[in-house]
Amino acid sequence: MILPPPSDERFYTALVDDDPHELYEDAPCAYLSTQADGTIAKVNRTFLRWTGYDSASLVGRVRFQDLLAPGDRILYETHFDPLLRMQGAVREVAVDVVVRSGGLLPVLVWSALRQDGTGEPAMIRTALFDATERRAYERELLAARKQAESAEAQATALARTLQESFLPPVLEKVPGLDIGGGYRPAGDGSEVGGDFYDVFPIGEGEWAVVLGDVCGKGAAAAALTALARYTVRAEALRTAQPGAVLERLHEALLRYRPSDFCTAVFATLEPTASGFRFAVASGGHPLPLRHRSDGQIETLGTTGRLLGIVEGAARRETTVALSPGDTVVLYTDGITEAPRDGELFGDERLRALVDETADEPAEVIADRIVAAALDFQQGHSRDDIAVLVIKVE
Amino acid sequence: MTSVLTRNNVSLRGNEHGPPLIFAHGFGCDQNMWRLVVPAFEDRYRIVLFDYVGAGKSDLDAYDGDRYGTLEGYARDVTEICEELDLSDAVFVGHSVSSMIGILAAAAAPGRIGALVLIGPSPRYIDDDGYVGGFHEEDIEKLLDSLDSNYFGWSREMAPLIMGNPDRPQLGAELTESFCRADPAIQRQFARVTFLSDNRRDLAEVEVPTLILQCSEDVIAPDSVGLYVHERISQSHFVKMRATGHCPNLSAPQETIDAISAFLAQL
Repeated sequence: MILPPPSDERFYTALVDDDPHELYEDAPCAYLSTQADGTIAKVNRTFLRWTGYDSASLVGRVRFQDLLAPGDRILYETHFDPLLRMQGAVREVAVDVVVRSGGLLPVLVWSALRQDGTGEPAMIRTALFDATERRAYERELLAARKQAESAEAQATALARTLQESFLPPVLEKVPGLDIGGGYRPAGDGSEVGGDFYDVFPIGEGEWAVVLGDVCGKGAAAAALTALARYTVRAEALRTAQPGAVLERLHEALLRYRPSDFCTAVFATLEPTASGFRFAVASGGHPLPLRHRSDGQIETLGTTGRLLGIVEGAARRETTVALSPGDTVVLYTDGITEAPRDGELFGDERLRALVDETADEPAEVIADRIVAAALDFQQGHSRDDIAVLVIKVE
Repeated sequence: MTSVLTRNNVSLRGNEHGPPLIFAHGFGCDQNMWRLVVPAFEDRYRIVLFDYVGAGKSDLDAYDGDRYGTLEGYARDVTEICEELDLSDAVFVGHSVSSMIGILAAAAAPGRIGALVLIGPSPRYIDDDGYVGGFHEEDIEKLLDSLDSNYFGWSREMAPLIMGNPDRPQLGAELTESFCRADPAIQRQFARVTFLSDNRRDLAEVEVPTLILQCSEDVIAPDSVGLYVHERISQSHFVKMRATGHCPNLSAPQETIDAISAFLAQL
């Protein structure tokens, strides 16, 4: 500590003038000394000045808690008093004191309990700070937080509604096929994700399926998903060639959303005498898996380039014959790239699961795949998860 | 699903062959409220302490806004604990709002609870057409506002630590203050349910011996309210305590112990 030179008169003025009695009476905070039950025994001038009471009407007559606003008396009995008795001190409690005129004085309260020689509570020392401005500011903050919470709830509801519109509410019943879908947005579902799928008729007995993953999240992803879905639907009716449909989607992205991209797998299903003809093309998307009734698993098609990125090469289509008992699984990388401790869910786990569940209905297989990917990352999905399962009956 | 015993942070102590004695905390704190009273009964009774879901060290994930939107939901915590431990004819000691929760639990699971001790009971805190509960609805709004600005050690950052076993010693001191700490949203809802419920009609349903402990100068549950409860419970015994305030279990543990012991002796 650096002592000032003894000749400095200002130092001695500050030292001598601030005698302890005056410090107590006119301190910048209010002081109360009470019995353990709250009955006021002593009170300083600052408190009387703030509240308008005179000492005689308080001392020995009134408990500190009786001076609080009625709601705060409950807070005193349910929180303040138990804490004081259990912990010996309470700090920074915000309550309102009812002043003599009937108005309220917002204060912050610190209290300390003093025990007698036997450990019994003897008295309570309380300091109060005028918190009028701080509390007005806090009220504004609280109101802003409540507003933000309600806006967040609205945004979540909006995201859910939007998201639901990107998936068919009920999958179409296609004769000869059993189709099931599964979906789970990333995180807590408060944001619109970028995965989508669709199943729709394109001609006499002919059907199209699409499953994709657009870049980004939120409103921009939603707009992109909408563009992708209606482009695919419109183009699929004009040409039944999967490669050509993805090409049109690629061009639409370049034209309308030049900075965005997506991946998708598109396929058509046409009934034949022995099952279905399955024609598929992929734009940068994981290839569908086919599980045969003898347990063999293979990928279908060839991976084409991402959609919406300029250097696009043609997305070639592959045509295979599906037989009864075959199961085709379309999925997004939210499943195979689900992370855990630096490890990914991976193709092998997915293939094993498809093999294990192949005898189940399509809906059950889809649910099991989503659940497994979720479990793998302890229930908190890092990316959207979408899966579409098609079984030939 | 976690077991009821974990969910409600149930702790069992005392004489495991003795008759069961359940202590239920009120709004604001947790089972620590009983720590000055419980030792006196450990010799003879099988003591059951617990935290309601949302309070103390209960499983906060088990909190369900719908279930705990009524006192009946809290009463289910009590009946589920009784069932889990297969208690019969237990004496239920309820502080404050737990008085009404105990009454509801006794009615919901006959045979489980054989007697009630109600400390500072109030079936209705709001004044209503000739009935004086002591508060107006705007007082309760004010309480909710105060709860919003007083977290008693709770903060969003701390929330995940309270349940777990944090490996962070610097938090140790703060964590010891946890017995009044609660998630503000849960606390707010519990305050609403506690202070806006009306259980006056449930009093007539009480069919077990009941002790009412009434403190002096209790602003939360004044004498007139305690007497109202006494008049409407046929088998009730009313004891006016010298202790002041609302928490005689903390401020006058010996007087509380003596009153409960005298009641238990007559059962």
